[in-house]
Amino acid sequence: MVSATRERRILWVTLLLLTTLPGFAQLLGEPYLVSLFSRILIYGLAAASLDLMLGYGGMVSFGHAAFFGIGAYVVAILAFHSAEGSAVPLLGLAGTESALLAWPAAALAAGLAAALIGAVCLRTGGIQFIMITLAFAQMLFYLFVSLSAYGGEDGLSMWDRSRLAGLDLGDDTVFYYVCLTLLVAFLVLARRLVNARFGMVIQGARQNEARMQALGFPIYRYKLVCFALAGTGAGLAGALIANQTEFVSPGLMHWTRSGQILVMVILGGMGTLFGPVLGAAALLLMEEVLSMYTEYWMVYLGPMLILVVLFARRGVYGWLVGGDRD
Amino acid sequence: MLLFLEQVLNGLQLGVTLFLMSAGLTLVFGIMNLINLAHGSFYMIGAYVGATVTARSGSFLLGVLAALPAAGLVGMVVEILVLRRLYDREHLDQVLATFGLILFFNELTRILWGRQPLFMDVPDLLSGTVDIIPGAPYPAYRLAVICVGIAVAAFLYVLITRSRIGMQIRAGASNREMAGALGVNIRLLYTLVFGLGALLAGLAGVMAGPILAVEAGMGESILILTFVVIVVGGIGSVRGALVGALLIGMVDTLGRAFLPGVLRLVLPASEADGVGASLAAMSIYIFMAAVLAWRPRGLFPAHG
Repeated sequence: MVSATRERRILWVTLLLLTTLPGFAQLLGEPYLVSLFSRILIYGLAAASLDLMLGYGGMVSFGHAAFFGIGAYVVAILAFHSAEGSAVPLLGLAGTESALLAWPAAALAAGLAAALIGAVCLRTGGIQFIMITLAFAQMLFYLFVSLSAYGGEDGLSMWDRSRLAGLDLGDDTVFYYVCLTLLVAFLVLARRLVNARFGMVIQGARQNEARMQALGFPIYRYKLVCFALAGTGAGLAGALIANQTEFVSPGLMHWTRSGQILVMVILGGMGTLFGPVLGAAALLLMEEVLSMYTEYWMVYLGPMLILVVLFARRGVYGWLVGGDRD
Repeated sequence: MLLFLEQVLNGLQLGVTLFLMSAGLTLVFGIMNLINLAHGSFYMIGAYVGATVTARSGSFLLGVLAALPAAGLVGMVVEILVLRRLYDREHLDQVLATFGLILFFNELTRILWGRQPLFMDVPDLLSGTVDIIPGAPYPAYRLAVICVGIAVAAFLYVLITRSRIGMQIRAGASNREMAGALGVNIRLLYTLVFGLGALLAGLAGVMAGPILAVEAGMGESILILTFVVIVVGGIGSVRGALVGALLIGMVDTLGRAFLPGVLRLVLPASEADGVGASLAAMSIYIFMAAVLAWRPRGLFPAHG
């Protein structure tokens, strides 16, 4: 059994560390750390949203970056039209730079896309499911590559970060705390969701779908909602990454990005929601450190990944929490 | 009409390249129940080794002859060192471990061969064109690729349906334990099948060398097309791989060639080109989604 007190202690210690991080960065004279950790929090949010469907719903999506990218593009496109003073095509509405409008729009658009894509993907299972999610992500990737109005392959730069009344998001520390707040809010909500009836049904379906169906649960609909919620979370993360880098490109939804997010979930420990955040930190920090020593850091990362899969299934979180081996 | 014929042949050529990739991959999927993302790496290794040997020796044939065993050998080593441990694991583990292999191989080729792409020349013997019908010249090299692909398809058909090892492969696919109990060395068989798949991928890679640039990461673009082929064709079925490969090759090539023109009939020219290009790039994925929505297990599912 996993020790609940130990789990709680780890959560609080991490939260404390993350809250005080900007202060430490200032003391160390390394302001760069703040933006690095903003990135970690954002990818942590994307990975946690994937964990919702992967770890609890048992749906192995290899196209999660598509929703991440959609979220990012929605923010950038709205900002682009706002700066240009033109209307958004198809919708006929004016663009916006307001975070209160653009970010929810990004999350909703990604969730809607996930619902549509999920409706087709969930007709399949197993290997086919992995492949079809991958194929849909590639399809969106090529769609955005061909959108020459929004920079095509070269991507689209934003003039500025989104505006949020009373806060200066352009300040890296402020932005860091906004990311942290959103991540914590997502984790709390997701935790409540997986412990609620909805989460129980989803987890039951992962273990034995036929039995849950026999109990009278419309499993397809439950899975679809879970898929859409995961997409929504990824869309929010995408909105944040667009703000952090003030630049979006189709690279955000490239299939290697989906693989990267998947790796974060496994590295941190799937089915734990919080683990994937640690996984994101571990992967991005590893990248950062390895690339300091060698240009060819992936030649080390690849075998490390294989070793983790072969010998350390429980991930960073499982290792921290301890308890019985499974 | 001539343009159409040329594009059909181009589609056929892409189709057989995809078939070489997907034949091995679908066998590995079907028999060992393993998802191997690193299959594109064997394609890349074939292309790199072929390009290097061709450049050093001046003979394309020697390049091909070196590329095949190189890719097959790397495949077997990878199977023995890593993938063998993954057969009983979940698909998720297999995806991640082979994703790690991709990162490793891509970076390794960058270290060994540098970041600049290599270019291969079409061998002199095949550098000309052939009139398929009078007045319609087509590059001889591409025709040769099509012929090699058809020959490999015939070879695989005979190997799987007529030979002893093919019988063992089919036995191992339908019931692993039973075949093992009857005295088939399943581990060795798996390694051999895997090596064969890698070798075919290497062949596809070295043949694509003179048509595309040889660079790190070249395996991934074709890998994803290969997955589409396998899922459309039905996992584990070589016949499905053949049909799927030809369909995908055609849809992709003809879509790119003719969609903008067709759209120009209904849209203004500038818009038609943009929309046509993006629709063409998405066409195979739309095709795959349609096939799966209609038949969730693909056109020719291997089991049941």
